[in-house]
Amino acid sequence: MTQITVKVDGVKYVDQVEPRLLLVHYLREVVGKTGTPVGCDTSNCGACTVLMDGQSVKSCSVLAVQADGSDVTTIEGLANGELHPVQRAFHEEHALQCGYCTPGMILAATDLLRDNPHPTEEEIRDGLEGNLCRCTGYENIVRAVKRAAEAGVAP
Amino acid sequence: MTATTVHDDAGAPAAQIGQARLRKEDAKLITGQTNWTDNIKLPGMLHIAFLRSPYAHAKISRVDVSAALDQPGVVAAFSGADFGAEQGSLPCAWPVTPDILIPPHPPMAVDEVRYVGEAVAAVVARDRYAAADALNSIDVDYEPLPPVLDIRTALAEDSPKVHEAGNKSYEWVFANGDVDAAFRDAPVVLERTYRQQRLIPCAMEPRAVVAQWVADDVTLWSATQIPHVLRFALSAFFGIPEQNVRVIAPDVGGGFGSKLQVTAEEVLAVLIGRRVGKPVKWTESRTEGNLTVHHGRDQWQQIKIAADSDGRIRGLSVDLLADMGAYLMLVTPGVPLLGAFMFPAIYKMDAYSFKCTGVFTTKMPTDAYRGAGRPEATFAIERILDELAVELGIEPFELRERNWIKHEEFPYTTICGLTYDSGNYEAATAKAKELFDYDGLREEQRRRNERGDKVRLGIGISTFTEMCGLAPSRVLGSLSYGAGGWEHASIRMLPTGKVEVVTGSSAHGQGHETAWSQIVADQLGVPFEDIRVLHGDTQVSPKGMDTYGSRSLAVGGLAVVQACDKVVAKAKVIAAAMLEASADDLEFSAGRFSVKGDPDANKTIQEVALATFAAHDLPEGVEPSLDSEATYDPDNFSFPHGTHLCATEVDTETGFVKIRSYVAVDDVGVVVNPLIVEGQVHGGIAQGIAQALYEEGVYDDEGNLVTTTLADYLVPSAADLPSYKTERTESPANNRLGVKGVGEAGTIASTPAVVNAIVDALRPFGVRDVTMPCTPERVWRAIQSATQSPAAQNPASESGATA
Repeated sequence: MTQITVKVDGVKYVDQVEPRLLLVHYLREVVGKTGTPVGCDTSNCGACTVLMDGQSVKSCSVLAVQADGSDVTTIEGLANGELHPVQRAFHEEHALQCGYCTPGMILAATDLLRDNPHPTEEEIRDGLEGNLCRCTGYENIVRAVKRAAEAGVAP
Repeated sequence: MTATTVHDDAGAPAAQIGQARLRKEDAKLITGQTNWTDNIKLPGMLHIAFLRSPYAHAKISRVDVSAALDQPGVVAAFSGADFGAEQGSLPCAWPVTPDILIPPHPPMAVDEVRYVGEAVAAVVARDRYAAADALNSIDVDYEPLPPVLDIRTALAEDSPKVHEAGNKSYEWVFANGDVDAAFRDAPVVLERTYRQQRLIPCAMEPRAVVAQWVADDVTLWSATQIPHVLRFALSAFFGIPEQNVRVIAPDVGGGFGSKLQVTAEEVLAVLIGRRVGKPVKWTESRTEGNLTVHHGRDQWQQIKIAADSDGRIRGLSVDLLADMGAYLMLVTPGVPLLGAFMFPAIYKMDAYSFKCTGVFTTKMPTDAYRGAGRPEATFAIERILDELAVELGIEPFELRERNWIKHEEFPYTTICGLTYDSGNYEAATAKAKELFDYDGLREEQRRRNERGDKVRLGIGISTFTEMCGLAPSRVLGSLSYGAGGWEHASIRMLPTGKVEVVTGSSAHGQGHETAWSQIVADQLGVPFEDIRVLHGDTQVSPKGMDTYGSRSLAVGGLAVVQACDKVVAKAKVIAAAMLEASADDLEFSAGRFSVKGDPDANKTIQEVALATFAAHDLPEGVEPSLDSEATYDPDNFSFPHGTHLCATEVDTETGFVKIRSYVAVDDVGVVVNPLIVEGQVHGGIAQGIAQALYEEGVYDDEGNLVTTTLADYLVPSAADLPSYKTERTESPANNRLGVKGVGEAGTIASTPAVVNAIVDALRPFGVRDVTMPCTPERVWRAIQSATQSPAAQNPASESGATA
């Protein structure tokens, strides 16, 4: 067991974890952040995407011990009193159906807009290539990211 | 989050049906408050892991789980034999012929495995890591048997057998009209063989199950589309009294037919939970899912069309080989038959014959996958119509128009005996052609072909229809299906005037909570915001047939309407008493009962609800409740249709296909929520494009699935798919709301549009087919083989798969 200190959605946690424990399982099973789902086991789908020190990572391909000392933001910590512009845009553009990919998609889009606040459609599609959605055909996800970009996402 | 209700000039709430209301479902989904089955944690809960067969086909000579029991945290371990008769056989609800072969299908294999991934043992441990670790300690001795992998050779006498009784499950035939005459007399007869590759549904949420026993009662949480069917099955086939079974489908992350199943893992979780006396959970990995969630499609289609030289279709003949996989699951044998009635599609003809042979292989069973039978049929007919157009030198739209049912001919009874209630193929096609700039693109194509461009433009047409809204119970009975096709709804008028709607449809992304609220808002005249929709728990919603086959709105939505009627009828009697008027003199509009000719004398339905709750002054004999329920059995299917057009840029040097534009004009009747309908169309198109270009479940020659991950099984990303231009035309269906189903339409329509476009681009090279998925290698090979030896084209070559 290894001791780690991780800040998740603004709260500091100190835990003993197995070295092999995946960050996503740490978030879900230990911290209780079940808003972050698991969609695959090969880091292809991106459903488990979270922000680690501001950068999007697939939390199934990070070990909990690698997150030691990090500041992690999950979908549960993205809204700050009111919905984040990307969350709002996903709702307004009907960019989700079953919603399973949505937490990861929203966090990946948030990171994308931080890097590139005014992406073209092609840049959005390429930027979200690592996040799979089976319901929407991506059309409304692209529209939502455009809408969030127009609304302006704080850096 | 919620928009306020719009009021019209008279102050009454504006009609909700037709408005693009933002979804009520979203609030939890965008903030991570969703309750997926895998989120559930119960006190003392244990975790199950399954050991799965590494062989496609083998005798099991020994399973020894004892060493697993010594592993830390392991509470129990089981082999198939440990369950004995208790585990019964997974049900097949659709014995399509009287002599169908339905082999026993134990949830856990006992003495023989018949596909890679079949469960052979289970470990129950304190956490999922410990359970997975302990699987390594289980010893299984296998005696490998030859796999059976190709349905085209599996029926040969000398083929190895999947089941002792043979590899043929059933043969189902249908014919109408004089088929022999049609083919004998027709000046043109074309025959083609098309391959419907095996697909893996890949809903984003992997399956998960939690089972909890308390004394004689079991609660099963499952990522399922069918909580009600599952409850019935657990009781009818596994001996648990129905009144003791509660099934809950919490938030479910997509299904596409893959969660329309009674799975081995669901049954085993229930049995194991009973054995260990603790709540148990199992969540699959994606690899387990690709191996053991039922697959879709997998057919060889032989289609023959007879036509006059002016293009009029005389006859159509279809001979299908359908891969059942190793066992028949819930509706495995019936899936191809849902396509049987759809090969004639929107076209008139004199004669039609259909034969389907269901064949066993040592692969994962197939079953319903978005469209289920209808995408396959639509693909074959739309592909061969393009071939016929080329053969006859008739413009492909012109050929279709010469044969399709004209809008003034509805209702029209097809050669299959289905009565299409409404439709307007001319209108949808005209709109699609205009949006697509069909004539402009044809002109560009001509120029580029003349120039001999390396990258060719192709234009693909799909004028599809489908049958959905499953289904009239009497029709299901005539097709030997094991259940009815009705749907149930109930309305609870709460004392404060708010409304709870309980629906038997079990949504998993479709937006029922929003759409049903819109329907009820209009029917009862209460604000959209005051309505709560409940579903997916057999204790909350005790009666239902669940969600699949684009049935929810066309069947479940109409049950909601009927339940509302009953609420209004009950409320009217009480309102009449409150107004001291005769019920016959009241009219109900926009939530208000008023006396005809005296609109100031009125009571709102909310006032009536409160008075009913108090029950102080109800008329003699009137029950103090407005709550009502209704069960609606449709008298016909729903027949959405549309015209989809796809333009592809095909690089003839690399074989790479890029979709340049995609136009979909769908007629799904009256639309309750255009936002949701458009979303369904988008997602459906994407799944159909995925079949055309990217996805294939591939087994190697030893029967190992090689597409076990999302790195090998290519579910497309945003970067792989185009933007879609979608529009609608509207010919109302013949039901109370005028609605048709929309869930599967996009998937049914888009696959042939894409492949027709690819083949259209390559016609100048002599290419007449490309096998799906049309990978760059396959497209390139098709060009090579057509240009090098046009006669030697093998239109259904297997090489160049995705993995």
